[in-house]
Amino acid sequence: MTDKVRIAQLACGPEYSGVQKEINDAAAAVGAEIFFPDIALSDVKRDLTLFGLDVRSPDLKLAIARAKELVEGRIEADAVFIATCFRCAEAAIVRNELRRYIVEHSTLPVVSYSFTERTTSGTLLTRMEALTTIARRRALLAREVQEGLTLGLDSGSATTKAIVMQDNRIIGKGWLPTIEVLKSAEDAIALALAEAGVSREEIQAVGTTGYGRYLVGQHIHADLIQEELTVNSKGAVFLADHQHGPCTVIDIGGMDNKAITVHDGIPGTFTMGGICAGASGRFLEMTAKRLGVEITELGPLAIKGLSTRVPMNSYCIVFGTQSLVNALAAGSTREDVAAAACHSVAEQVFEQQLQEVDIKEPVIMVGGTSLISGLVHAMGTLLQTEILVPIHSQHIGAVGSALLASGFIREKR
Amino acid sequence: MAKIFIYPTTSLILSDMVARFGHEPLGAALGIRERIQTAGFDSPPLQVTPEEPKKGLRWAAVEVPSGVRGRMAILGPLIDHAEAAIIINDADLAFGCMGCARTNELLLFLLRHRGIPVLDLTYPRSEEEGEIFVAAIREFLEKLPKGGKAE
Repeated sequence: MTDKVRIAQLACGPEYSGVQKEINDAAAAVGAEIFFPDIALSDVKRDLTLFGLDVRSPDLKLAIARAKELVEGRIEADAVFIATCFRCAEAAIVRNELRRYIVEHSTLPVVSYSFTERTTSGTLLTRMEALTTIARRRALLAREVQEGLTLGLDSGSATTKAIVMQDNRIIGKGWLPTIEVLKSAEDAIALALAEAGVSREEIQAVGTTGYGRYLVGQHIHADLIQEELTVNSKGAVFLADHQHGPCTVIDIGGMDNKAITVHDGIPGTFTMGGICAGASGRFLEMTAKRLGVEITELGPLAIKGLSTRVPMNSYCIVFGTQSLVNALAAGSTREDVAAAACHSVAEQVFEQQLQEVDIKEPVIMVGGTSLISGLVHAMGTLLQTEILVPIHSQHIGAVGSALLASGFIREKR
Repeated sequence: MAKIFIYPTTSLILSDMVARFGHEPLGAALGIRERIQTAGFDSPPLQVTPEEPKKGLRWAAVEVPSGVRGRMAILGPLIDHAEAAIIINDADLAFGCMGCARTNELLLFLLRHRGIPVLDLTYPRSEEEGEIFVAAIREFLEKLPKGGKAE
């Protein structure tokens, strides 16, 4: 193996969509390189017959054959990236079946993505970073106990969270809306340090995650700057006290959503993103505002209502809000509207994202939206399971960062 | 000499046959003039930018996947310039193939509705069929005017 993480690309269309360079750039930014598994024509014919999915597009046939060669160990790779055109039905079938096949028959971390010509390396960066971390930094992710005095910071799109941990316990918390990224981070850290009763100088290691992780991480000289997919997985299993065995982590965020299958605290497959803001925490914020309640009151309000009484489809935040206004104008109760909004967000995440990961119980919901009980209830109903919401679930990224950062204390010494 | 669109556009054998019979083959090699790196079956050009799928809107609507539109941006202009076409159906992968089935369907439709002479053949599966296949291509190409535009 080379020093770089080698990611095998199974794809149809990225080069003709003008996004191959974006994929390469995203991989290069996290110390990885994309390669195309080289196989003979006779292998393609044999592998296609054995796989049994008779597709028409030759590039998809090639992707299937390449997947088989990887799974059967004839080609070495550290991870797999599956990419096909958005809106192609044939490719969507292949993408899903290949992801499932690779997960079931190998230990290769895999991520699948459907792109358009507007896909940028920035969009892909977090996914690539998670893929390379899972592939090469398993020792880091194996940490189950927080040691020493560490600080974790999650600079999210909507809120900034800071956590101070000492000897496996949370001793300080800070949670503020993200306004100016650096200032919000400094203020959240100050809150957490004050609650913990420790000074900045006493902190032995710092970890950052979230959208602002690089900016804040460099500013506060973080020991670990890590994307939120792996960090949230660690934080979730730590807080839920489920460090071993399988589980699924769902984080409906302010700007995007994450669904991650986890085994022994290490992410397996994951999806990230959402079709529209209508499936995000933002929509619930807007709903709360329109209903004249605090976001913290939306959940209990929704629990009292019945979602089926209000037609709502929040695939678009604009149309979702329109449905909301129409329902209120038609005499629907605030409880029913709140329930419908929660159901709509849960349903969209269920339809768009959870179909791309194989749900493993228990299902753990984390992030700020996990405190909205109506949303948790709606997701539980859709998945027909009881959802686990651990204490401090809104601080998940910061907790995961503080936990993982403690691995750097010894290095510093 | 007539401009002959070849399908599959990547078929070097077909391209060579057209050239040997005195015509100009229009295939992927023409559309992809610069550096080529093998990443897929149809040897994609890395110089394709996100602008190509936008140019492809001339042939396919915005709801059509970007990969189809990007391919059409390269191959569509060749169809516009073609004076005749040779289409080999169900070709073996080794004969030449193109990565996306949806693009291929659109290309064939456009070729058949261009109003130019089109030779539609099925890929031969035996030596005997192979001889008939080559003879049919030769006959088609010989009938096309070599000195000017095809009629």
